[in-house]
Amino acid sequence: MGATLIEKIVRKNTGNAAAKAGDIVTVNVDRVMIHDIFIPFVADKFEEMGFSKIWDPDKAVLIYDHLVPASQVDDTRHFRKGDAFAEKYGMKNVHHSDGICHQLMTEAGYVKPGNIVFGTDSHTTTYGSVGAFSTGIGYTEMASILGTGKLWIRVPETIRVNINGTLPANVTSKDIILTLLGDLGADGATYKSLEFAGDTVENMSVASRMTISNMAIEAGAKCGLFSPDEKTAQYCEMELTDNEKDLYGDEDAVYSRVINYRAEDFVPVMACPSQVDNIRPTTELEGTEIDQVFIGSCTNGRLEDLQTAAAVLKGKKVAPFVKLIITPASRKIYRQALADGTLKILSEAGAMITHPGCGLCCGRAGGILTDGERVVATNNRNFLGRMGTSKVEIYLASPKTAAACAVAGKIVTP
Amino acid sequence: MEKFTGKVWVLGDDIDTDIIIPTEYLALKTVDDMKPYAFSPLRPELAGQIQPGDIIVAGKNFGCGSSREQAPEVIKALGIRAVIAKSYARIFFRNSINNGLLLIENEDLRDAVSEGDTIEVTVGESVSCNGKSYAISSLPENLLDILNAGGLVKAMRKLNGLED
Repeated sequence: MGATLIEKIVRKNTGNAAAKAGDIVTVNVDRVMIHDIFIPFVADKFEEMGFSKIWDPDKAVLIYDHLVPASQVDDTRHFRKGDAFAEKYGMKNVHHSDGICHQLMTEAGYVKPGNIVFGTDSHTTTYGSVGAFSTGIGYTEMASILGTGKLWIRVPETIRVNINGTLPANVTSKDIILTLLGDLGADGATYKSLEFAGDTVENMSVASRMTISNMAIEAGAKCGLFSPDEKTAQYCEMELTDNEKDLYGDEDAVYSRVINYRAEDFVPVMACPSQVDNIRPTTELEGTEIDQVFIGSCTNGRLEDLQTAAAVLKGKKVAPFVKLIITPASRKIYRQALADGTLKILSEAGAMITHPGCGLCCGRAGGILTDGERVVATNNRNFLGRMGTSKVEIYLASPKTAAACAVAGKIVTP
Repeated sequence: MEKFTGKVWVLGDDIDTDIIIPTEYLALKTVDDMKPYAFSPLRPELAGQIQPGDIIVAGKNFGCGSSREQAPEVIKALGIRAVIAKSYARIFFRNSINNGLLLIENEDLRDAVSEGDTIEVTVGESVSCNGKSYAISSLPENLLDILNAGGLVKAMRKLNGLED
C-alpha cells in the first residue's frame, strides 16, 4: 500500500513508518514562524507556562509584517515586546521590515522540502509549495512548541487534485485555486491535506504554486502540498537528496477523494462578496464598476505577479477614478521589480506602490475602503469587513485580471 | 455527567474569525478590551446583548479564517458557555480546546432551534431543545487531557512541575 505525500513527511519526521491518515502523532518541529500581532501573547503564555528557554532558538523566526509600518500608536508595543523576547531567549532570526512572513520563510531559506513547520498565521499553509508540511496554529500552542519543540497532530486524509494540460493565456494559478474553492466549498477540505499533481503543476513556477498552497486554508485544509522537484531545488538553493525525491503521493495511496481538472477548461474567475467560495467567471461580472484595485499580499505579491500586472499596464493608464495599490511581498521582490523596470511601468500607469507588508489585506492600513465601495483584490480573503467597513464589496482575482480591471475601471475579462 | 442550560443566539454558516473579532481590534491590550467588538461586522449589537451562560448555535465551518486565538478567547470572555455548530474550522477548534472553550458538533440542532430558546446540554451525551433530544459525541482522549488540565497553559505548567 502506497502513502500520500503528507503520510511520507510524517513518517520521515517521526520515524514511525506505519503512520497513516487518522493517526494522532507527536511531530518534531523543524521551524516555527511568529508574526508581530501575536508575539506579545506568545511571550506571555510562554512565561506563564513556566519555560525558561526556547527548545532551539535558531529554529524560531520572528517576523514583523502585519503592523509594519505602525498605523496605530499601540502597534509599536508589539515590536518592543517582540524584540525584548528575542533578546531574552537568544532568537537571532528577527525580521523588522523585510516583508510578509509567508514570503520570507521560503525566500530567506528557513523552510526546506520535507520540513514540518508551524506558524501563528493561518496562511502558513504557503510552504506546502516547496513540499513542506506547514500549517497555522494559535499563540498558546506556539508557546508550547517554543518550550518543547513538539506538537501533536492528527495525520490528515488527502484530497488529490490532478491538473493536466496547458492553461489558457489569460488564466493564472490564482484562477485554479479559486475554481477549486468554488468546487470544494469553504469547508470542503476541512482537516484534510490537499495534494496537487499533474503536468500543469509540474510546469508551474514555485511562485505560482505558492498562490495555491496559500489559499488551501480557504477550503479549510490543513495543508496544500506540492512534490519537491528541480524547480523547488533551485528556489530553495539546494540539491534534492533521495529523501526529498521520494516526497510524492503514491498512485496506490488511500485518497479520500481525487479531483481531475483539464487545464484547458479553466477560465478567469473571481470570488465574489463575501465568501471565498462564491466563485463566478469574470465574463458574468463584466461591467461592474470598481473604486480600487489591490495587487499584493502573501497570495499574489511576488515578482511574477508584478511582472504580469506590468505586462497588462505597459503604456496604459489606470482609470482616473480608480486607486491602484501595489504591494510587493518582500523587500527582495521590491528591489528585483525596481531593477528590472517593473515598478517604473506600474508607476507610469498610475499605480501607487507601497512598502511590503500585510496592512491592506488585513484591513489595517494603506487603502481601506468604506460603505458602497468596490475593490478587485489579489489577496486571499473577501470576508465581511476585511478591507474596511462591512459594506465594502471585495472581489478576489488574479493579478492579470486585477490589472485589466484597473485600466477599465470596471470588471473585465483579461 | 456535567449538565447546564442556556439561552441561545443563532448564527449562520461560515462565521469567520474576521466576524468574530475584526483585525483592527487585535492589537488592543486585553481580550476584555476587544469584547465589545465581537461579531461587529455581522451584528454590532450582539456583544452587548450576550449574557454569561448563553450558548451560540451556528451552522457549518464556524471559526473559519485566520489563526487568531482572540476569536475563542473573546467568545469565552463574553461568558458564552458553549458553541454548538454543524462543524468547525480546524485552527479555531484547536484554539478553543487550548483555551477551555467547549465546542460541540451537531448537524441538526441549528435548524431546529430559534434565537431566544433555552436548551439543556449534557456534556458528551446530548442537547435537549423544545422537547427533543440530539445526541452529541465526546472528544478524543488527547484533547480531553488538555481540557481536563484546564487548557494548554495549565497542562504545560504541570509538565514544568509548577502545578500538580
